[in-house]
Amino acid sequence: MANFVLANSGHNRDDEASKFGMWLFLFTELLLFGGLFLVYTIYRYLNSEAFLHASYELNVIMGTVNTVVLLTSSLTVALSITALQKGHVKLTMWLLVATILFALTFLVIKYFEWSAKFEHGLFPGMDHYEHLPAGEKMFFFLYFFMTGLHGLHVIVGGVLLGFVMRDIKKKKTTPDNYVYLENGGLYWHLVDIIWIFLFPLFYLIH
Amino acid sequence: MAEALSQPVSFYQAKTGLFSWIFSTDHKRIGLLYFYAIISFFLVAMSLGFLMRLELIAPGETIMDAKTYNQVFTLHGVIMIFLFLIPSVPAFFGNFLLPLMIGTDDVAFPKLNLFSWWLYVLGGIFALLTLVVGNGPADTGWTFYAPYSVKTGTNVTMAVLAAFILGFSSILTGLNFIVTIHRLRAPKMKWFQMPLFAWALYATAWIQLLATPVIGITLLMIIAERVFGVGLFDPALGGDPILYQHLFWIYSHPAVYIMVLPAMGLISEMIPTFAKRTIFGYKAIAYSSLAIAFIGYFVWGHHMFTSGMSGPARVIFSVLTFLVAVPSAIKVFNWVATLYKGSINVKTPLLFSLAFIFQFLLGGLTGLVIGALATDIHLHDTYFVVGHFHYVMFGGAGFAFFGALHYWYGKIWGKMYNESTAQIAFWLMFIGFNVLYFPMLVLGIMGMPRRYYDYLEDFTTLNVVSTVGSWILISGIILMIYNLIVSRKKGEAAPRNPWGSTTLEWQTPSPPPLHNFDATPVVPEGNPYDHKQNKSE
Repeated sequence: MANFVLANSGHNRDDEASKFGMWLFLFTELLLFGGLFLVYTIYRYLNSEAFLHASYELNVIMGTVNTVVLLTSSLTVALSITALQKGHVKLTMWLLVATILFALTFLVIKYFEWSAKFEHGLFPGMDHYEHLPAGEKMFFFLYFFMTGLHGLHVIVGGVLLGFVMRDIKKKKTTPDNYVYLENGGLYWHLVDIIWIFLFPLFYLIH
Repeated sequence: MAEALSQPVSFYQAKTGLFSWIFSTDHKRIGLLYFYAIISFFLVAMSLGFLMRLELIAPGETIMDAKTYNQVFTLHGVIMIFLFLIPSVPAFFGNFLLPLMIGTDDVAFPKLNLFSWWLYVLGGIFALLTLVVGNGPADTGWTFYAPYSVKTGTNVTMAVLAAFILGFSSILTGLNFIVTIHRLRAPKMKWFQMPLFAWALYATAWIQLLATPVIGITLLMIIAERVFGVGLFDPALGGDPILYQHLFWIYSHPAVYIMVLPAMGLISEMIPTFAKRTIFGYKAIAYSSLAIAFIGYFVWGHHMFTSGMSGPARVIFSVLTFLVAVPSAIKVFNWVATLYKGSINVKTPLLFSLAFIFQFLLGGLTGLVIGALATDIHLHDTYFVVGHFHYVMFGGAGFAFFGALHYWYGKIWGKMYNESTAQIAFWLMFIGFNVLYFPMLVLGIMGMPRRYYDYLEDFTTLNVVSTVGSWILISGIILMIYNLIVSRKKGEAAPRNPWGSTTLEWQTPSPPPLHNFDATPVVPEGNPYDHKQNKSE
């Protein structure tokens, strides 16, 4: 006999469920970074002088430019969703290309920032770093750890949006079925919002 | 009711071949994949436990040296916690039963579900690789306390990586279940018509989701520490080892509720069936699951009463710890009240459930003893703690798991197990368990510290008793497994509803067809455990 299939099947398309799942996943990402924010807070409290001193080493201009870049990329990804909803597939693609380009720009700027720190020997294990006071060591370690993990998320987010583009091209993600793009966008906003917290914590608090 | 329908093709027969299993997105197959992996890891860790008890049969070095002993108890802990207890009930019973119980045909994200299993396998491989790669398995204890875990030469990095990967597997399972319960319940099933196992899974899933990422990042910090040696948790370099303990227990205390909450859900399913009574206090049990999940979040500090926490912090954590006993007690009272004036049908799953109540009660009450500040100073890091958590984890969660294995055996494998052999195995396990772990409580009060391969002469008698208990327990487990394997071939065919239960999974054939049901399941009106409505008898 033929298989009986239920109306409320787990294999049905359910955009609500997909978005719900994505939001739950974003919670876990926030908590992942939450552990690091906690460590940052405690060591900032214990070594406030050293953290202050070390933070002058960071390049505020590059940080600011990167913040603007990421915020703009969040705008383009949000626009791409609206564009797809309204049926402008080509525009969607261009907006996604722009988003990924912004992501790359962010990474390139980050690369130059990190290289400058490497040149100054500020990475754990390097000469200059080893002679820093304990508190400043902690600052730079957390800086590399947290911005590094964030950078990893930028890469993952960019790749994810690349997969979304492929899906749009294959007509799997369409003006009638765009939850994949929405979820990619949600993830991208997460990448953005974590940076919004990292930026002041490392660059701005003086 | 539906017996008249012809038996449809079971999910086993629907597809065959290795790939139809390891790349299956069917929740039943994934559940079984988990089961076979989980039970294998359980047997490995059980053997390690057996070796530890053998070492402790006499003072001094008996069969292994100190370092080996440290590595053995670490591996025992890591496997039992991350590869057996945490996934056991949610990933096996949860996967297999949740969609059936709420009347749907799969979880919300079937592919993600398969991915979780693969992550689990990967994590398991990493855990086992520590045996052969690098300087041998970690010797830190499953807690990986810094700064020792940063300094030891053993292969902590890989063990930690294994725990990290397993954590993500657990998160994704939790995520899947939350969405499944929200979106896929049978059209007529309201929240308070869900079986209590589904409620328990729901509460557990939130803990999995919200606590696990914290351990993830903490373990990454351990790896970073081992690579760069910055001294994040090393007081000599300005770090704080207590901070590690906080971060670790922020996850790992809620994690004990990941292990025991779903097991409580299993008990809530079995007791009404074998008492032939509507469960007493359905809503109280459902809410108490949520309460345990919620309060369980705020008690982690009780692991650090002797680590140098401030006085007020200790008092607050102690009070919160006492508070979490309230919802746990609510459950116990409700189970007992369900049995009261019931028509008791003594079958193996009921025996395991009663053993659960007894052992969980002992485990819970001894938990209060170490949750109290004054007594904890005396008992911290003694065998009392070892006895306590084995009573909760094995006597509780483990026994519930094995009881449930008998209860749903027919549903899962389509055959009935042999009742009399199962009962003999149960009694061996019950007696062996208590002979093994009760002396530990006494030894702890006498002052025997945990985690040593050696002890003073005075402790010999009770240690011998305990080791003998481990032999009885293991023979019980072997007999149980033998019985279940033989019954798979020789058992009688299982009907749809062998126990006269009321939840939806019993309305479908045993084993279920590929899409779970051969007709739309009938959601009982009102309470899901109303035995008066049950006409399948």
